[in-house]
Amino acid sequence: MMTRSRVALGLLLSCSLPSFAQESKIGNLAGDAKSGKALYRRYCVTCHGQHGDGAGENAPHLDPKPRDFTKATFKCRSTPSGSLPTDTDLYDTISRGIYNSNMPPWRPLTKQERADLVAFIKTFSTRFQEEPPVAPLSIPAEPPTSPESVQRGAQLFQDMNCWSCHGKEGRGNGPSARTLTDSKGYPILPADLTAGMHFKCGNTSQAVFRDLVTGLDGTPMPSFTDSLKPEQVWDVVHYIESLQSGGLKQHGLLQLLKGE
Amino acid sequence: MGIVIVKRIGIQLLALGALLATIQPSFAIPAFARKYNLRCSDCHEAWPKLNHFGQTFKDNGYQLMTGRDAPIYQQSSYFPIMFRSMPQWHRETDNRVATDIVPGNPKKGQVESLVATSGFDINGIDIVTAGTLYKNISFDVQPFITNKGDISLLTYFVRFDNLLNSPWLNLTVGKFALDTLLSDDRELMQSNVGGGYQAYYFNPIGDRNGFGIGNHQLGAELMGHSVNDYTRYSFSVLSSNDGQPSDLPSTYDVYGEFTQGFEAPKLGLETIGVYGYLGERPTYFQTSNGVPIGGAGLGNRSFSRTGVYGLWYFGKFDLSTFYLHGQDNVFLGNGVPANQPSRLPAGAAGPTWNGGFVEAHYTYNPQLILISKYQTVQMSRQANPATRTALGDLKIWTVGYRWYPIMSSRAGLAWHQEYARGLSVGTSPLTHQNDITSSFLMGFDFDF
Repeated sequence: MMTRSRVALGLLLSCSLPSFAQESKIGNLAGDAKSGKALYRRYCVTCHGQHGDGAGENAPHLDPKPRDFTKATFKCRSTPSGSLPTDTDLYDTISRGIYNSNMPPWRPLTKQERADLVAFIKTFSTRFQEEPPVAPLSIPAEPPTSPESVQRGAQLFQDMNCWSCHGKEGRGNGPSARTLTDSKGYPILPADLTAGMHFKCGNTSQAVFRDLVTGLDGTPMPSFTDSLKPEQVWDVVHYIESLQSGGLKQHGLLQLLKGE
Repeated sequence: MGIVIVKRIGIQLLALGALLATIQPSFAIPAFARKYNLRCSDCHEAWPKLNHFGQTFKDNGYQLMTGRDAPIYQQSSYFPIMFRSMPQWHRETDNRVATDIVPGNPKKGQVESLVATSGFDINGIDIVTAGTLYKNISFDVQPFITNKGDISLLTYFVRFDNLLNSPWLNLTVGKFALDTLLSDDRELMQSNVGGGYQAYYFNPIGDRNGFGIGNHQLGAELMGHSVNDYTRYSFSVLSSNDGQPSDLPSTYDVYGEFTQGFEAPKLGLETIGVYGYLGERPTYFQTSNGVPIGGAGLGNRSFSRTGVYGLWYFGKFDLSTFYLHGQDNVFLGNGVPANQPSRLPAGAAGPTWNGGFVEAHYTYNPQLILISKYQTVQMSRQANPATRTALGDLKIWTVGYRWYPIMSSRAGLAWHQEYARGLSVGTSPLTHQNDITSSFLMGFDFDF
């Protein structure tokens, strides 16, 4: 009887507690979930919660809300929409932080500590154990920025209805902007594409390209991998870059776009 | 001569005692935690001791670099202010206090006796208001109210960060703590004997120089750091007045510091630092009716404080090690005006000494830290060759722990217990034997 109780208790615990067999691999770094747990409790638990469900004590005060790791739905990925991120994706997000949110860059933590955190975060969802790793989408070499590329990107911006959320001028004030919610029903605002190259998942051209082809899971931002060819995605990237303060001037495109 | 030395020793011990009893700066700042919704443990190994994330936040000008650092992103009711105090019970002993044989009648003579005192006490109140005025512009104002109600301004500065969009260029102007990763302001020990870093304030017996590298100084600092804050430098130009406002000395001291961190696999971040302070102080003053005119010092002579330090992490265990070499000019060391060289004793020389400490921490978890510290300062050359070489040497042992039952993004409360024992060579007031002091302290350290 005692043995059965212990087995039942063991099964119960194994279901309710994160498994520490989880590891992460970032380059040559191997992250350890057990070490990551201590770090998580120090740095992350107040927002993301003891159970990783995004219900930490600060969560009610935060906008946007902290990520719910139990859903294993992540905005910033190099993998197709709906799939799990790679360990490196999670590592990069921890390192970079999420701009314009409460998630700071955690670069002051050592690389090993960040790898350990990735390993522990993966314990909150069984998806990481059940689903095979997915290869990152490839990003083709960036063609040179040109007035023609920017013009094509501007046209695609209109044709693909990007403007309905991001606004005609990319200021994040499209007609749908105020109606958007994330996957948990919380209001979410589209990015103001004119407010400097400060995007959630990185500020490089490659990062913007990646956002367009992977989409930001858990948000209304879809993946355009099926609807745009890679060269068209680059055109949109160039258009977005041209929207930055001084961007048009830098690219010598201002007059061109005005039709002068 | 003997009486003069004893008087000087007495004055210095009194000054040291007053310093330790009154100045217990804090700098764990829940106002930042409230602003960013972070717990104390995000920025502090155990408050007030910063961890590397907290140090990076400080070096970024109190910014997390999330794009929401400017005050415009805060609710208009948010005001960045923090209070800290520690109601406590403590017991102090000194084995060689000059006491009257007949209480109240010094004419009957004095003997050295053990004096023990104990009771409930407070250590004053730290008030800190600090934050950002705008993106990349921060400020810090820190009044301190002593346990007797006197108020002093420890810090007040404005800082301009990321000049030319580079983390390598940050300018601070005002009164500030000299840049170091081993800040005396964030020291964990709190007792009269064990609190503070003695090497930061040590000056030889009879020395005219009252400089302390832990004292906040007036001036301008240029500092920079890598994005991950592993590489840091700072360079300061400071008024030669040890941070005393209104005294305009017309000469300047300089301070420089460089630190480099490197990751040790499976151990953590290891950091080494070097620093140097070069300054000068007047040896006499212009006077008016015999009273020195503030700031009108003459006969400046030089001094220096240089050294290295390290922060060594081995998982939950870490060591802070610090070494300082001090050197004062012969006139400063002997307390003789530079225009009266004939008053120097035969064979007089600039005093030199070495000091430092090893502080060990075991962070069981963010809410419990065990602490021990060994400090020593040893004279290597006295200003007056007739003086015993070891006179004034210090050795202090401290152990303690801090437990943080309340740690939220709004406030913190710590239960603190500590025992410290110190030995000062040859400084007993009558017989010039070793003076042994001890402190036992327990109290509630709260921060809101």
